[in-house]
Amino acid sequence: MELTNDLIKQRLQEKFGEQVSGFEEPYGMLTFEAPKELNLKVLQFLYDEADLGFRFMTDLTAVHYPSQPGRELAVVYHLHNLQANVRIRFKVFTAIAQPDVFSATRLYSSANWQEREAYDNFGVNFVGHPNLIRILNVDEMDYFPMRKEFPLEDQTRVDKDDEMFGRGGSTGFGTSPTADHHHSRYSDVPDGGEVV
Amino acid sequence: MSTHTENITLPQGNIEERTTKINLGPTHPATHGVFQNILELDGETIVAAEQTVGYIHRAFEKIAERRPLYQITPLTDRLNYCSSPINNMGWHLTCEKLLGIQTPKRVDYLRVIIMELARIADHLICNSIVGVDTGAYTGFLYVMQYRELIYEIWEEVCGSRLTTNIGRIGGFERDFNDIAFTKLEKFLKEYPVVLREFENLFTRNRIFMERTIGAGPISAERALNYGFTGPNLRAAGVDYDVRVHSPYSSYQDFEFAIPTGSTGDCYDRYLVRNREMWESLNIIEQAYRKIQDFKGEEATIFHADVPEYYLPEKKDVYTKMEALIYHFKIIMGEIDIPPGEVYQSVEGGNGELGFYLISDGGRSPYRLHFRRPCFIYYQAYEELVKGSMLSDAIIVMSSLNLIAGEMDG
Repeated sequence: MELTNDLIKQRLQEKFGEQVSGFEEPYGMLTFEAPKELNLKVLQFLYDEADLGFRFMTDLTAVHYPSQPGRELAVVYHLHNLQANVRIRFKVFTAIAQPDVFSATRLYSSANWQEREAYDNFGVNFVGHPNLIRILNVDEMDYFPMRKEFPLEDQTRVDKDDEMFGRGGSTGFGTSPTADHHHSRYSDVPDGGEVV
Repeated sequence: MSTHTENITLPQGNIEERTTKINLGPTHPATHGVFQNILELDGETIVAAEQTVGYIHRAFEKIAERRPLYQITPLTDRLNYCSSPINNMGWHLTCEKLLGIQTPKRVDYLRVIIMELARIADHLICNSIVGVDTGAYTGFLYVMQYRELIYEIWEEVCGSRLTTNIGRIGGFERDFNDIAFTKLEKFLKEYPVVLREFENLFTRNRIFMERTIGAGPISAERALNYGFTGPNLRAAGVDYDVRVHSPYSSYQDFEFAIPTGSTGDCYDRYLVRNREMWESLNIIEQAYRKIQDFKGEEATIFHADVPEYYLPEKKDVYTKMEALIYHFKIIMGEIDIPPGEVYQSVEGGNGELGFYLISDGGRSPYRLHFRRPCFIYYQAYEELVKGSMLSDAIIVMSSLNLIAGEMDG
């Protein structure tokens, strides 16, 4: 039988009932979520069942949604059944206060570094990971830089003396109206109406 | 000899039972990039290895959260910089998927030419470096001249060579000029001879074979579990290729084979890359023929009609009000992108390069994640080199086609 999104959805609902939810198909890829306690059970089910056979984990990453209290961090798995050539996206959400999610390293060796990367950037605590330490950022870092509370620097700020890069200093770059206008391309321009 | 050993007094204890830890990298000439391997050696045999990455982490994913789509293209250049155009095209395809842009066939075929040239440039570097690491410099020096021909074609199309920033959302910044096509013809004529000669140097070379056969093998099952993609996975015997499984840029219009190996060792990886170069040449020839078949107005199309995202031509900016407005809006990043969630992948030089883009409707992505193939498969390094000799560690690393820029993102 051909592996369609409807079939995967049906199989998941038979097994996990109401616990799998949020079914969507953005740009054709079946996307759903489950409670974070169930993440390994769902992954194992998708891996083991002969007709599902999602044995290849393409990608694992995290996303920060500060506007969703209690489910601020999402862990996103992209899975691929190479034989039937079907991809799905599976998400679990966790509270940022206690960001514990079970590690998928036992199931997929490829999850090891990808979970370390998600920990490094977002602070997701992968329970059961053999070596959950920072991977890309420096070891001394004491925050998780990809979280949304760390915005990139506003290029229009003028309090910083950074003469070589055209801000402040004796040249006066960055203080004249034209220079300000030039820099505004990097900032979040709220509304395009006025400039047109 | 014997006179010398009489004078050496070793400390008590058997020195051969102890292991030695050495650092290979981060700035070792044989690591071809900034990454470090800590190897534990028993004599010359590797008993444990630990690989560390992150020395050139530049936080591209974070930077991308503040940039409009077209400003993210130069970031993708710097992932796998041996085949930047594939990364650029992958990014354009991701944007086009999100925005629902259909590209004309001619654009697709031109992109295929550029991407396959990039694949040849990438594989050529990788295979000739494997040669260098086994002690044969000649091949590397010889083929560099022909990679130059590829770079010259890119230079005609986009003006730059390594970090290309080639193409735009919806197509190309300009049509290929006659010089580009002349150079492409020259390449298609000269390159097969060179590739054959390169193969003659290595493929049945006894030293090369003895160094690479059985070095760093991996089974198909382990390779899949480790998330291998691209030539490394195919060398282990799995015929997974994004160009065939999820065709993009009209790859379905082309006839080509997916070469596979069986043991997944360095020699098989080398063979797969070489055969892929032949397939790429074949694809380029097919694409070039298809382009020549376009007649009349169709033969001049090089971008889709999407004024909100495609920069207008400079002469129109100076003379037409509408073009001026769009130019301004695009440059200032004032066009909001639709909300959505997209995953798009392309067959990069060393594996499946994926772009996971979440948009909440602002001017820049809410979150952008790059699936960097070599970041994922480099994890298998310890398993690949354990039990082999120190010299094997070097060629395993070069034959995996690890690019530090891509790994650290």
